[in-house]
Amino acid sequence: MNGAAVSYADLALAGALLLVNGIISVAFGLRLERSLAIAAVRMVVQLAAVGFALKFVFAQASPVWTALLAVAMVVFAGLELARHDGNRLRGWLVHGLGSGTLLLVGGAATLYALFVVVGPEPWHSPRYALPILGMVLGNVLTSVSLALQTLGDGVARERAAIDARLALGASRFAAFRGVLRRSLRTAATPLLNTMAVAGVVTLPDMMAGQLLAGADPAEAAKSQIMILFVVSAASALGALVAALGSVLLLTDRRHRLRLERLRALAREGA
Amino acid sequence: MLRVDYLSVPGLPTLSFEVPSGECLAVEGPTGSGKTRVLRAIADLDPADGYVLLDGVERREVSGPEWRRRIRFASAEPAWWAPTMREHLPHGVKVDRLLAALGLDKAVLDWPLAELSTGERQRLAFLRAIADEPRVLLLDEPTSALDATSVAVVEELIKFQLLADRTVLLVSHDPGQIARLAHARLLLAGSGRLHRAESAAA
Repeated sequence: MNGAAVSYADLALAGALLLVNGIISVAFGLRLERSLAIAAVRMVVQLAAVGFALKFVFAQASPVWTALLAVAMVVFAGLELARHDGNRLRGWLVHGLGSGTLLLVGGAATLYALFVVVGPEPWHSPRYALPILGMVLGNVLTSVSLALQTLGDGVARERAAIDARLALGASRFAAFRGVLRRSLRTAATPLLNTMAVAGVVTLPDMMAGQLLAGADPAEAAKSQIMILFVVSAASALGALVAALGSVLLLTDRRHRLRLERLRALAREGA
Repeated sequence: MLRVDYLSVPGLPTLSFEVPSGECLAVEGPTGSGKTRVLRAIADLDPADGYVLLDGVERREVSGPEWRRRIRFASAEPAWWAPTMREHLPHGVKVDRLLAALGLDKAVLDWPLAELSTGERQRLAFLRAIADEPRVLLLDEPTSALDATSVAVVEELIKFQLLADRTVLLVSHDPGQIARLAHARLLLAGSGRLHRAESAAA
């Protein structure tokens, strides 16, 4: 790789562009200066930390360090999922479900990509494993979050209809069919959009990064295509696991609605 | 025979009673006394300790959905999950005679539910509840939104269910209806909250 190296002076010049945001905020009284400063500092610190952490892990070439960093990524993704506003499904059970889904589906998709598609030597080489996991997690996070949110909204709005289906002898999954379907469709939307416009309207971030770093465009396109396929399967699977898991959490073995298990929903219904 | 043994609905005193097949039990009590909660507990739609037996089979011996195919709770506020009535009926269930008995045209099956009157929807909800012939009907205010003619029609159908040896539990605010249909009455005294407040004061 022989892309144009970015010096610290270059970074400082790019950072000066933050003034554009700052001036707009001050001029129009948006009061975003504080949030802007915090977000910018966070971004720089996080990316620098990841850069150094990756450099260290790459140098170790030990599967233990790779695994540690991978677990840390899943934990942060789980925390991010728990932080999302607008989700009515709350409580540690839901957080556990979300994090478990991320770990299970993110891990499986990454392993599939490593063993079946990429096949690096050794298979756990951090240069391949960690970026793939990162991209998979980012997308699964979005789809799981959307699935949970749509399902929570659907249950809050349609609890009477779900209850009516249960009363007529439907199983819990049959009673939730409509809500489940909508939740899975919504979760699939962002990735469908990404795939539809990839390369035409937008250059995917990973491909853009590879090109900036000096990679061959054809190779960059191939790995981007590979990643999008892996990520789309993982997103769909993640949404499915999270949605089915939520149905199990919201009902019991007698196929009864148990919304009181999730306080945010129960309060709404009362 | 429906038998309720030591049914303990949260916030209510423990209940025990029997309703023979072909009979109607009126469940009465002031607002908030838990009439709906008792019906829901019998249908196993809400958790409750104690026993409910239908012809000697306790509810935990069969799956929840199977129990509710035998013991049908019909809510006072029927909910719908599809645009037309036809999508709410189990496949292969013939409802022509029931529609006629309820004074409804066959065309209402494919009519948008949102365009029907409240009374028509309530009659369809009653039809939906009895279409697959459950053994026990738990009817929560089945005629609250109906005019006098429709009330008579639905009451006739309830009597038909009783003649067919089905068991009916009826919550109704119409004393005349209870007199016309019920063989026995169950009175729920005051709300569980009041009950607790009294014992706290004593």
